[in-house]
Amino acid sequence: MKNDNLKQIIILSVLFLGVFFLFSFLQKEESDSISEITNPNSKHYFQDKTIEWIIPFKEGGGGDTWARFNAPFFQKHIPGNPAIVVNNIPGGGSIKGANLFAERVKPNGLMILGTSGTTQMPYLLDDPRVRYDYSKYKPIMAYPTGGVAYVSPDIISEELRNLKVNSVEEQIEKSVRIIQELIDNKVQLKYGSQGPTSLDIVTMFSFDLLKLDVQAVFGFRGRGAGRLAFERGEVKIDYQTSSAYLKNSIPLVESGDAIPLFSFGALDDNGQLIRDESFANSPVGVFNGEIVRVNVPHFGEVYERLGHQLSGIEWDTWFAFMSAGFGGMKLLLTPKETPDEIVAEFHKGIGAMKEDPEYQKNKFKALGEYKQVIGKPADKIFDLATNVGTEEKAFMKSWLIEKYDLNLK
Amino acid sequence: MFDLVLQALQTLFTPEHFVYLLLGVLLGLVIGIFPGLGGIAGLSLLLPFLYGMDEVSALATLIGLVAVIPTSATFTSVLMGIPGSSSSQATVLDGFALAKKGQASRALGAAFSSSLVGGLFGAIILTFFVQIARPFILIFGSAELFMLAIFGLSMVGSLSGKSLVKGVVACGFGILVGSIGSAPATGEFRMIFGIDYLYDGLPLVVIALSIFAFPEISELFRKESAIAGESKLGKGGMLTGVKDLIKNKWLALRCSGIGTIVGAIPGMGGSVVDWIAYGHVVQTSKDKSQFGKGDIRGVIAPESANNAKEGGALMPTLLFGIPGSGSMAVFLGGMVLIGIEAGPSMVTKDIDLTYTIIWSLAIANVLGAGLSLFLAGPISKLTQIKFSLLAPFMIMVISFAAFQATKDMMDLWMLLVFGLIGIFMKRFGWSRPAFLIGFVLATQAESYLNMSVQFYGWEMFLRPGVIIIIILSLISVYYSRKGTVDENAELMEKERNQKLTLTPQLIFAAAVLLFILIAIVDSNQQSFLGGVFTLTVAYAILPFALWLVWTFARKKNSDPAVFDAEQAVEEGTFKAPWYEPILWIGGLYILSVLIGFIPAIMVFFIAFFTIKANTSLVKTAVLTAAGVGLLFLFGYFLNLEFPQGLLL
Repeated sequence: MKNDNLKQIIILSVLFLGVFFLFSFLQKEESDSISEITNPNSKHYFQDKTIEWIIPFKEGGGGDTWARFNAPFFQKHIPGNPAIVVNNIPGGGSIKGANLFAERVKPNGLMILGTSGTTQMPYLLDDPRVRYDYSKYKPIMAYPTGGVAYVSPDIISEELRNLKVNSVEEQIEKSVRIIQELIDNKVQLKYGSQGPTSLDIVTMFSFDLLKLDVQAVFGFRGRGAGRLAFERGEVKIDYQTSSAYLKNSIPLVESGDAIPLFSFGALDDNGQLIRDESFANSPVGVFNGEIVRVNVPHFGEVYERLGHQLSGIEWDTWFAFMSAGFGGMKLLLTPKETPDEIVAEFHKGIGAMKEDPEYQKNKFKALGEYKQVIGKPADKIFDLATNVGTEEKAFMKSWLIEKYDLNLK
Repeated sequence: MFDLVLQALQTLFTPEHFVYLLLGVLLGLVIGIFPGLGGIAGLSLLLPFLYGMDEVSALATLIGLVAVIPTSATFTSVLMGIPGSSSSQATVLDGFALAKKGQASRALGAAFSSSLVGGLFGAIILTFFVQIARPFILIFGSAELFMLAIFGLSMVGSLSGKSLVKGVVACGFGILVGSIGSAPATGEFRMIFGIDYLYDGLPLVVIALSIFAFPEISELFRKESAIAGESKLGKGGMLTGVKDLIKNKWLALRCSGIGTIVGAIPGMGGSVVDWIAYGHVVQTSKDKSQFGKGDIRGVIAPESANNAKEGGALMPTLLFGIPGSGSMAVFLGGMVLIGIEAGPSMVTKDIDLTYTIIWSLAIANVLGAGLSLFLAGPISKLTQIKFSLLAPFMIMVISFAAFQATKDMMDLWMLLVFGLIGIFMKRFGWSRPAFLIGFVLATQAESYLNMSVQFYGWEMFLRPGVIIIIILSLISVYYSRKGTVDENAELMEKERNQKLTLTPQLIFAAAVLLFILIAIVDSNQQSFLGGVFTLTVAYAILPFALWLVWTFARKKNSDPAVFDAEQAVEEGTFKAPWYEPILWIGGLYILSVLIGFIPAIMVFFIAFFTIKANTSLVKTAVLTAAGVGLLFLFGYFLNLEFPQGLLL
């Protein structure tokens, strides 16, 4: 190499790198200071700052849409109007993005993580790939959801198919009879699943508790693909989360091509399982051209009516994983050490967001009937979703090994 | 129906709606030019503005954005050999070959007018069929989808080059690489070698860039000439391209049909549509001698198909709420945000919105193709720039594009590793399209096979759809043996008179063989369902791979499998040893790990221009600032991340 060349490279490199690192150093200084928040005279903490919202899912999916729906309202209402950047880091069924968050996050509110039931499952099952720890985080906001399982009328006797219902009670009765008939006739069902460590665990476990003979066929990319297989007649039993059910499965119920069996229910303020109000007055069947609308019974009601106890390890395991998967469907997290003043800024923003007419106008379509909650109710959901007893965990793990030969070690 | 169709058009042409459509189109064009960025990046930029817009304007903006990305992705595919999006890989084969002949603007002209035809075709089909498409979409069960994957694989025959054996091994190699990661049937992890990054398998973007773009860049690097070499840019080239399209109008329409159908089948994915169209044009052409060397039909076919695909993909998206392609997933997310629910209601009570979408699609395609044609002339001058001035920008672009795949430094290392494999595949005449088709279809073939066996058992072969696709595949195989794409025919002719050293080929073939053996060992450790597919493929290609190794080992020079471009080209063509580009790029990545990507690219630019292009201090500074400035600009507006350094 010629001497002149070397000189030119060194001069220019020093110049460019010098400018670059000087700027990034100055920027870093600014973003690292938390002190301002405690000083009442200072500007808002989040002013001129950027909040990075990590979503460990692909663009376009449910988790992504949730974050992107909220982001502009956060930007508008959090004091100081911080820029909100949604950063999608998909991979390993959301493990990758959550791990990355665990590695990088500082307790300054500038990086937040939006997790979902899918993120909770491998954590609860001690998947060795998981390097995030929910016990080190606290919720800024929580958002529950639900789901409905339904079957194809093809596999049910005509008499039962046409059995008209007039109330939830009768719908419970109908579901029970359908299940009983499937068991008695030894009907083998197939279910299109995303995989044995996904949120589908809850569904498959539910079928198993009901003693339905359901074989999971893995490899489906998303619940939408599962619903398509149902419409094609490849699978005869399916479930969808609330918004997808309301949008795309209800038309099947209305045309008589699907019969709802049970919903996963919802949790009330005390953490008790109740009927999911999202399905209040939703169609459950069409009889002589008349669409009947009653609420869909929840799993517990059907399970109990089949003669099982709502207690014991099987029920506790179901309840624990249902709470983790659906009750805490979406959690917005920050490290535990994040100062309360910073979390309060978020809460101010979320409070104002809920008053925003624009939000009120669009929220039903984007989020459904469920409320995004903060404070105590959020803590309750977070607790239910991330603290599963050791016995329940062990029971689920051995069930997965027995049923799907899935060993997570 | 026609009242509604016209009413939708009228609404769209009111100034305020039209401006939004134009905005979407412009954004789509700018983003589409950068490989690796797609609708996703565009959406995140658009999103804050979607609130408060009325439905029609918002839809127009979204569709404008999504519709023109495959159009402008053509720029890099043709001009630089960098596949601009997952559905313009096949365009590279003949498009870039034409650019190297100095016919870049002709290729672009043909490509954009084909995009226009395809886009409009897709919109027309959508208009007439959207209301009755539901049963059609439901015909495609897992058995049919599996057979379609096999049909895609049957295209390999037409793309394998002189030696079918090498083509088959390349394709099988691609399938095995594609099956790295979690098994669709069981979730077990295959061939991950303890690397977390491999859990989800290798990203298509990274593989496409390393197999196609990397070897081309490294070859140009070593030739030190402009992309177009010494050839002059033909005058009025663009119009020639348009005339080419008119001459081949039936081909363009057939490929648009293929694109629409493939797009409409949920679960097929957009990344095979261009290959199916390309395979189709090769199989139906009498004179196949120019394919791979710059046949304009090789540009028209994939480009009309990939724009038509979007129209097709809108059907499952709107009717079932199931995205038919990657960009449709984003579109669907966007619809939720403006409060529109995709589903059966799109053809009943919201039919007016559907027509708005269709018209937006059609108009966006016209605007996109028009603007691109307008820009094609000036931009194709890039191919005349001395490569040492262009190379750093191209290396920056492919690195940046690869990093967008999963935002992990491993993206870059994999780009380097598979780039090396790509270099050798090109040099030894192993069909790169065959490898890529295998890679793209691996997961699809496996998961649909698993599903259809469980759903139907042997009865799957009695389904009418399956039988039809089997017949199509057989026809495709039959035609494929009547002639195949062979970019190396001339060099091979020359090579016949030379005495080649076969050792380099032997080493490469042995390495592929070793990988096949690893796959066999690994599959045997999995459960039956988790390993059976990989094992079958590995055993199927094992004898061919052994045969290749044996042929090279006993120095049988006359075999058609023998080929080494390095030894066949004229002395003095390459001015740098083959490993030099790898050292430069590898050096860039090592430096990125240490000090971060942006500072590393600064040093890389400065060093490269100074040493390879001998530029003056001022010119080096200006070029470097331009490159880094571009990176910052995109990074800032699209909120992109770059690899961070360990030390600083």
